[in-house]
Amino acid sequence: MPDVTKTDVQTAVATDGGATTPVAAPAAKPEKSRSLWGDAWNDLRHSWIFGVSAVLILLLLTITFFPGLFTDTDPIKGDLAKHFLQKPKLGHVFSADWLGYDQQGRSVYARTIYGTRASVAVGFGTTLAVTVVGGLMGMIAGYFGGIVDSILSRLTDVFFGIPFLLATMVVLTSFPDRTTWVVIGALAAFGWTQIARVMRGAVITTKQADYVHAAKALGASTPRIMFRHILPNTLAPVIVVSTISLGVYISAEATLSFLGLGLNGVSWGNDISDGGNQIRVAQWIMLYPSIMLSITVLAFIMLGEAVRNALDPKLR
Amino acid sequence: MGRYVARRLLQMIPVFIGTTLLIFLMVYALPGDPVRGLFGDKGGSPAVIASLRHQYGLDQPILVQYYHYMKDMILHFDFGTQIASGRPVTDVLSEAFPVTLRLASLSFAIEVVLGIALGIWAGMRAGRFADNAILLVSLLLISVPVFVLGFILKVVFAFQLNWLPPNVNDSTNYNELLMPAFVLATASLAYVTRLTRTSVAENLRADYIRTAIAKGLPRRRVVGVHLMRNSLIPVITYLGTDIGALMGGAVVTEGLFNIQGIGGTIYQSIVRREGTTLVGLVTILVLVYLLASLLVDLLYAVLDPRIRYA
Amino acid sequence: MTIIEDSVPVPAPRKGGADDGPLLEVRDLHVEFHTREGVAKAVNGVNYSVSAGETLAVLGESGSGKSVTAQAIMGILDMPPARIPQGEILFRGQDMLKMSGEERRKIRGQKIAMIFQDALSSLNPVLSVGYQLGEMFRVHQGLSKKEAKAKAIELMDRVKIPAAAARVNDYPHQFSGGMRQRIMIAMALALEPDLIIADEPTTALDVTVQAQVMDLLADLQREYNMGLILITHDLGVVADVADKIAVMYAGRIVERAPVHELYKRPAHPYTRGLLDSIPRLDQKGQELYAIKGLPPNLLRIPTGCAFNPRCPKAQDICRTDVPALLPVSEQDGTELVGRGSACHFWKETIHG
Repeated sequence: MPDVTKTDVQTAVATDGGATTPVAAPAAKPEKSRSLWGDAWNDLRHSWIFGVSAVLILLLLTITFFPGLFTDTDPIKGDLAKHFLQKPKLGHVFSADWLGYDQQGRSVYARTIYGTRASVAVGFGTTLAVTVVGGLMGMIAGYFGGIVDSILSRLTDVFFGIPFLLATMVVLTSFPDRTTWVVIGALAAFGWTQIARVMRGAVITTKQADYVHAAKALGASTPRIMFRHILPNTLAPVIVVSTISLGVYISAEATLSFLGLGLNGVSWGNDISDGGNQIRVAQWIMLYPSIMLSITVLAFIMLGEAVRNALDPKLR
Repeated sequence: MGRYVARRLLQMIPVFIGTTLLIFLMVYALPGDPVRGLFGDKGGSPAVIASLRHQYGLDQPILVQYYHYMKDMILHFDFGTQIASGRPVTDVLSEAFPVTLRLASLSFAIEVVLGIALGIWAGMRAGRFADNAILLVSLLLISVPVFVLGFILKVVFAFQLNWLPPNVNDSTNYNELLMPAFVLATASLAYVTRLTRTSVAENLRADYIRTAIAKGLPRRRVVGVHLMRNSLIPVITYLGTDIGALMGGAVVTEGLFNIQGIGGTIYQSIVRREGTTLVGLVTILVLVYLLASLLVDLLYAVLDPRIRYA
Repeated sequence: MTIIEDSVPVPAPRKGGADDGPLLEVRDLHVEFHTREGVAKAVNGVNYSVSAGETLAVLGESGSGKSVTAQAIMGILDMPPARIPQGEILFRGQDMLKMSGEERRKIRGQKIAMIFQDALSSLNPVLSVGYQLGEMFRVHQGLSKKEAKAKAIELMDRVKIPAAAARVNDYPHQFSGGMRQRIMIAMALALEPDLIIADEPTTALDVTVQAQVMDLLADLQREYNMGLILITHDLGVVADVADKIAVMYAGRIVERAPVHELYKRPAHPYTRGLLDSIPRLDQKGQELYAIKGLPPNLLRIPTGCAFNPRCPKAQDICRTDVPALLPVSEQDGTELVGRGSACHFWKETIHG
């Protein structure tokens, strides 16, 4: 029984027989137990990317929920006679005329503040919808496999095959009244495919794990296996993709608004589009919403990047 | 290999049908009417509208319309007629396609050269200043929406510095295409950089790189042969799928710089609810995408001997 | 079993090395890793030497510093995070740590070669084995692609890979584990180096294949009169092949001895523990001994003797004073040649 001998010696000598890479060699880690999530949190706290993005996102959420804290100017009513294309007074920080006025005499600063809500709402709403729908699709396809997988995978291919922006544009042209919900719906209708693919892959990998077989052998029900045993182990890649897509959807919403197919109401995309027409005489109309938009997208993409670095041990 | 290609081609059929049907349904089942759109706000007489609708087959059930459309397209390469101009969609296509192709090729070149070079540079210096700087720049490029970047570049390079023309008048002039091509390339450029960087940094720590060093190979051989041969596999596959994305993503860029390519035509047909043109154009894009992804899979197997056609 | 084809000339035994001292000598080598958690002291003053034709086995748990020492010799440590604050690595009397990068590169592969544990990950997955073997000749000897391939086939023949000519264009994943390890050996052997460092060359293999690969390695070493440093945690592998053994613990050598003497009379409690934990047929039915506790955390190596928390014989002095590696002698005072122990109580251990 040579096999037994070898294993026993190995266990007795307490080696793992590996660890030849120089970095892994002194891998005698602190004694406290570490989980993927604990490790990830530890990583996040030390990451400058996470720090910067967290501060920015907190600020954005504050603006979203309490725009009144930042300005008391009405973003919709303008005074054409008094403020038509009035230049910014950069010294008047946080006042209505700080960032100038647009061609309808409305305060660019107030509009930039109030425009935050639309972007953040669409970003979060779409991401939530996409994660639920895509996650469910991926879970079902990955778990059941076979014909179910084939059908769902082809369906994913179909929705993935049409260029994302074009598809949402086609849907949105049919809706003259484009509320937040309509925009979220259109974006989510074609955005779920990526999460579904990521989820399916993760489920297929996890499904083969021994503890899943064990749970099955012990007679756990299908939903229980899916949600208690498989789901927690597929969350990491899904969370990474979701976080990054938050920024992507905010950017997509602005692009749609820019093309004249976005939200009705105050939104950065609309203002940038309007400002584009005045680009030679009044760059500020476009500039400040653009800066806010870019910072917002950047904040979420940085968050996604930080989360990815923390959750993907391969990248350390 | 032959079997694999055949199976992939077979798999593409339902996806192709599904995609075209989906876009067809979206265009025709959702409210809005291309004939009415033709007359604008004035509205034409009901009789004229009805006869036009009949002429373009719009009074038939959607699935019948779809069937006829696909039959014409596959059997006669007939994509229908653009209602606004009365010209065959194939004509419109053959005019717009080369323009977008030129734009996309230039973008692609920028993305490949700059993206891979920056990615390798960052990956070899993972964790150091250059890496962080390139990371920040690429995150910025991903974050600034295409239309914002386009505006900024226009203001700076066209209006302030007068270096480049603000709009493209002659799409065969690569000088004029340079700015839009860069704008179109930015997002992908950033992804290529990130992907290359990650891949290089990861492979740099691989055991076989250590072996290559232990063999006493010169550094440029360790990097140029052993590291690159492995690191570029995911990058090349990404680039393959990106060809389709570049052509589809040109909607905003072409609009911004007034380029009469596929993107511009698509935008026009969406706004005017030109179903036939739109379906035709999107079908072409879907075909490009499907073929590109098949090509990528085959390329993958050529580049990585561990991949077997299953 | 050493069947050598007529076409393959048997190289004449090397001269040199033996007459002008050892082939390789490691003197007071220290290696530390700068990590986020602090400085991990992986190697803390290691001394050993190997002569031509000699096999030194370095024994120890993972984290004992045996692989790090080997990588320092090869010059393939990632620096940073690794740092070599002090020590010398003399190859034929020259300190390699003082050489330029280019000088060291020329030694790697040509004079000193290394065999890694996991051949699957250590071979480049996307290049054919023929290419990877031939690369040695192309880079170091400037041979053409064609000549290099012929040499590669010759090498594969020499390490007894069946149908070498037919398999030279195959990729690593198409070979079995044992065959892959043979390819690794062939690669190390390619330029007939003076010294081969084998880092756990058989750990990843089946037991039956392990023996074959070890035999092959030993045969080739004898044939070329090379020095061999065999790094392992498996006492069974060592016994048949090695001339002398160095046992490492927490980055230090705690005991050194000619191979059979070590087995007969260990002079360090750690070595004794290792030997006692080998299952033996005559002790069937008894509980297998295991060293209690875990290997030390290299960020916080215990004061005194690093082994003291796990040592059954630990006294107060073990917790305060670091024992030096001292010569070991018989009870009557005659020195045991080549033996040393870093234990305050080596006398009790060896004679008790």
